[in-house]
Amino acid sequence: MKEYPTEPLKCWQKAKKIREDYYKDFAAAKEKGGIRWAGGAWSFSAIPAGLGDDVYCLTGEPYGASVAWNKEFALKCQEATEAKGYARDLCSYMRNYWGSILLNKYVFGGEFPKPDFIWQDHICCSHAKWYQVASELEGGIPHFCIDVAVGPYHDLNENRLNYVVSQLHDGIEWLEKVTNRKYDDKKLIEAVYNECRSTSLWAEICVLNKAVPAPLDEKTMYSLYVLGTLMKHTKVVADFYEELRDEVKDRVARGIAAVGNEQCRVITDTQPPWAFLNIFRYLEKYGCVSVGSLYTFGLIGMWEVQEDGTWGPRKTPQQKGIKIRTRDEALRILAEWNLARPEWQHFYSPQLKSEMMIRIAKEWKLNGILLHYNRGCEGLSLGIAENRLALMKAGFPVMTFEGNMGDEREFDEARTIARIDAFMESLGMSKLKE
Amino acid sequence: MFQKFKEWYENRHDYAKEWKEKTGGKVLGYFCTYVPEEIIYAAGVLPVRIFGSHEPQDVTEPHIFSMYCPFCRDCLAQGLKGKYSYLDGIMIAQSCLHIRQAFTSWQLHIPINYSYYFLMPNKVQSPRAKPYLIGELAEFKSSLEKWSGKPISDKDLDRGIEILNVNRRLMRQIYELRRNANPPLSGLEAMEMVVSSQLVDKKEHNEELEKLLCELPTRKESRNDGVRLMIVGSENDDTQFIKMVESLGATLVIDDNCTGSRYFWNEAVADESRLVAIADRYIERPPCPSKDWEERRRLPHLLKLAKDYNVKGAILVQQKFCDPHELDIPAIREYFNKNGIPSLTLELDVTVPVGQFKVRTEAFLEMLRGEELF
Repeated sequence: MKEYPTEPLKCWQKAKKIREDYYKDFAAAKEKGGIRWAGGAWSFSAIPAGLGDDVYCLTGEPYGASVAWNKEFALKCQEATEAKGYARDLCSYMRNYWGSILLNKYVFGGEFPKPDFIWQDHICCSHAKWYQVASELEGGIPHFCIDVAVGPYHDLNENRLNYVVSQLHDGIEWLEKVTNRKYDDKKLIEAVYNECRSTSLWAEICVLNKAVPAPLDEKTMYSLYVLGTLMKHTKVVADFYEELRDEVKDRVARGIAAVGNEQCRVITDTQPPWAFLNIFRYLEKYGCVSVGSLYTFGLIGMWEVQEDGTWGPRKTPQQKGIKIRTRDEALRILAEWNLARPEWQHFYSPQLKSEMMIRIAKEWKLNGILLHYNRGCEGLSLGIAENRLALMKAGFPVMTFEGNMGDEREFDEARTIARIDAFMESLGMSKLKE
Repeated sequence: MFQKFKEWYENRHDYAKEWKEKTGGKVLGYFCTYVPEEIIYAAGVLPVRIFGSHEPQDVTEPHIFSMYCPFCRDCLAQGLKGKYSYLDGIMIAQSCLHIRQAFTSWQLHIPINYSYYFLMPNKVQSPRAKPYLIGELAEFKSSLEKWSGKPISDKDLDRGIEILNVNRRLMRQIYELRRNANPPLSGLEAMEMVVSSQLVDKKEHNEELEKLLCELPTRKESRNDGVRLMIVGSENDDTQFIKMVESLGATLVIDDNCTGSRYFWNEAVADESRLVAIADRYIERPPCPSKDWEERRRLPHLLKLAKDYNVKGAILVQQKFCDPHELDIPAIREYFNKNGIPSLTLELDVTVPVGQFKVRTEAFLEMLRGEELF
């Protein structure tokens, strides 16, 4: 059996620090005279950046995931939300977030920091409604939400792009009004450059995982991709991803593995059950490494087909030599860039997700695929049963497991482990260590 | 008086097949009431809403994960079982994720020669939604022209708008009669009337409505209206449920359902550009909760309905797992409560648990009547 060398990531502590500072800065924003906004991880976060350097955000999904990881607190949040009359089958990130407001507790300590405004976008049934309710629970804070559900990227036309861009223009006027601040287009342009750079770089990092052995595993990637879900528009994240890309490149060159006994490669599709990331460690007992997921690759990473026909990082405006001069140019680039996001495509057809997953399965040399029938997210579980059929038809073994990304009451750990055992057996793998 | 509507509702497939035979026209199945039927009528195509059967089924498990609403699974089941084999095409208007899955699985597994995903905007409150929708209507019109093989003229659009407007106007007039003490129609009859409108040629439906309007105002109902109720919620063509509620000494006098008032409440107002008139209509219609943001415009609309129809209580129904309605129900409940309208929330599945719901509805009615239990 082949054993590969392993070593910890050198930039690991830096990633942790960026994340920690992000949540602390949001909580302490008022002490610095700054302003706070809340919205989804998919929000056009580059836009509020035009309000100044002291603008801090809290993105709801990563926050909901952080709550989920804290099982005890998550349960309290969910129960508080249910007591308020909300159904248990709603988005579990959303319920964790609302629960934090209702309990007035921030998962990182102290009271829940009240945002000054909400800046969101809407592609799934819950996005706009999440913050409609959050606004009400917070006593009526102003909120603005952009409709981005204009169809798959391959069908994008001027009318659809204009719909999004014109809402972004309206959004900037609204921001000026609710914050009483003058908007700075230069800061917007800088943030757009940063967002394109960081999201393209993240895709480049994921591409490096095509190498055997894989330099990163899915569990580790969660701690890294998250920075893009927090503030993809910032220089700090773009610079970090550049540093990470260089380090991962170096790991590939030196044959450094994420999982030393890599024998078998899989991916997953959507969010994991956050309270049970140990399932990825369990896979390692079989020498099985999950090299990522459509979620980790495509939520933040921006991709395009390369000259050789493979999937790789999308060329940024900077790389194409495009100079952004005006607000409108910045907004058009930002809208078009985001509408190409892989994780937005399959809202319109499961085939689009299946095609991306089949591509990953081939290019990342997979032995099988794990699909999370995630009761916590109706958006990313959309069409998942059809994905299963399509992946099997394409010749890839599929294991499904039912769970919930943010509500541990809906995850059966023992049953999932038993399914992993059966799946590994069907792939011809046996346990290498206990 | 309402027999024809009931027959149409119960024999929808036979009707569509006969219509095809009689006219040689195409039938387009649709999944959401945001589809611009005016353009479909203009193309000479019959739009038919796809419904479920309210019977247990086991054919959708490989296609739709069970955490999605039973209505979308039931609709797909009908397709997979071949109940809609007469359809020439299918389409959806963008609304909720749930029904979208029925549409996309249908595209994948049921042979059909035309399908269309109509990108209805979600943020109907944005001033940008209308110009965007006009563009999407133009795209859809071109697509239909290509499919049907003939151009759609302004005259055709006028005809389509007129057919729909007359249908809406007549049903609205009939709904007005429900404001009366002892309304001349029950909630069940109203539901069968509206749902059948989504299933048959509206020209025929209009004729039937005209006849009905001549007779209905003088209809003498032997039953007392009892407790006047409103029904609010997600897709609901569960006639057995309505029948049960009304058998308990209550009358459903108004609703906010896409199988009820939301479907026909407003007309398209004439404009030099027909597409502008149509866009206005769909932007301004009483919204589905998936499109009711950032402001909650449903709430004042619901309260106005409740007051206009003098209701004593409201039944809030939702299809199990229906996120958009689940997201609105606590706000509606609270708002109604503040405004003196008690409500009962019930969660529906494909098969309605009539027995259990009966007990809960009886208790609700007892509360509304203020009856002494002992």
